[in-house]
Amino acid sequence: MAAAGPTAYWYLTRSTGAVALVLLTFATALGVLDLRRWSTPRLPRFVVDSLHRSSSLLAMVFLALHILTSILDGFARISLIDAFVPFAGSYRPFWLGLGALAFDLLVAVTITSLLRQRIGYQGWRAVHWLAYASWPIALLHTFGTGSDIKQAWMLWLSVVCVAIVVGAVLARVLFGWPENRRRRVGALATAGGFSLFLLAWLPGGPLGSDWARRSGTPSSLLAHTHSATNSSGSRR
Amino acid sequence: MSYRLRVNPIACEAHGMCAELLPERITPDEWGYPLISAEPLPESLLEHARRAAQACPTLALLLERERARS
Repeated sequence: MAAAGPTAYWYLTRSTGAVALVLLTFATALGVLDLRRWSTPRLPRFVVDSLHRSSSLLAMVFLALHILTSILDGFARISLIDAFVPFAGSYRPFWLGLGALAFDLLVAVTITSLLRQRIGYQGWRAVHWLAYASWPIALLHTFGTGSDIKQAWMLWLSVVCVAIVVGAVLARVLFGWPENRRRRVGALATAGGFSLFLLAWLPGGPLGSDWARRSGTPSSLLAHTHSATNSSGSRR
Repeated sequence: MSYRLRVNPIACEAHGMCAELLPERITPDEWGYPLISAEPLPESLLEHARRAAQACPTLALLLERERARS
């Protein structure tokens, strides 16, 4: 199958990945913005809350499709185990592993949220903090394995996603959350530090030359350009 | 069998979502904490009450089963 050109699964796994990133960004930003007492007559709190919930669940559906299609595609030989156990596979192990890690965290967050009434507030909240970790990890996975990242549309989509979440953190820290000064400073420093890291890393990393080899694509796959019908030739 | 709404005053942080979802029985006081009407919950409001209890960010709104007083 590897030599036969891209399959439909290959296109599906790229597109569902991009959609999942957008949904996850939306859900994360809404979660960050879900300020105490922040509401307007046209956008009551329960609407913000339901949007957060619905977009998160929809993101999980797209993530499941993204993972399933990447396994079915067969080109990169990603197994079901690689989807759950981070850093174990052969295809870009670190960057694929970040995706698996983010998915594991999100599964934990989703299950505890669905069972929130049984688990209780404290337990749910402790696990829910993981959601904040899953977004940057998923974003790094996007940059590290996303073969579309050198194309303008995907790069801009990712930049906008970063801007949305960083903007949400700024809005929350500056306009709300009056207590917890230490956490506010921590949130600001983390958001700023992550943005600076991306700025420093991207040009020489995923946007630089030879990233496919440096990110750990097996050499047997590097030989197949696999781009006969892929106009961009991005799959290397 | 009837149901009754109760607030755990220690857990409640006055997010105010319950008053948005069940204005028929819950009104916010001037600090945003919920005041629950003593009127019984009719069947038609039960689903709304359940949703309000589920939506509470701190799980402070409780929908409790109440045995009919004999």
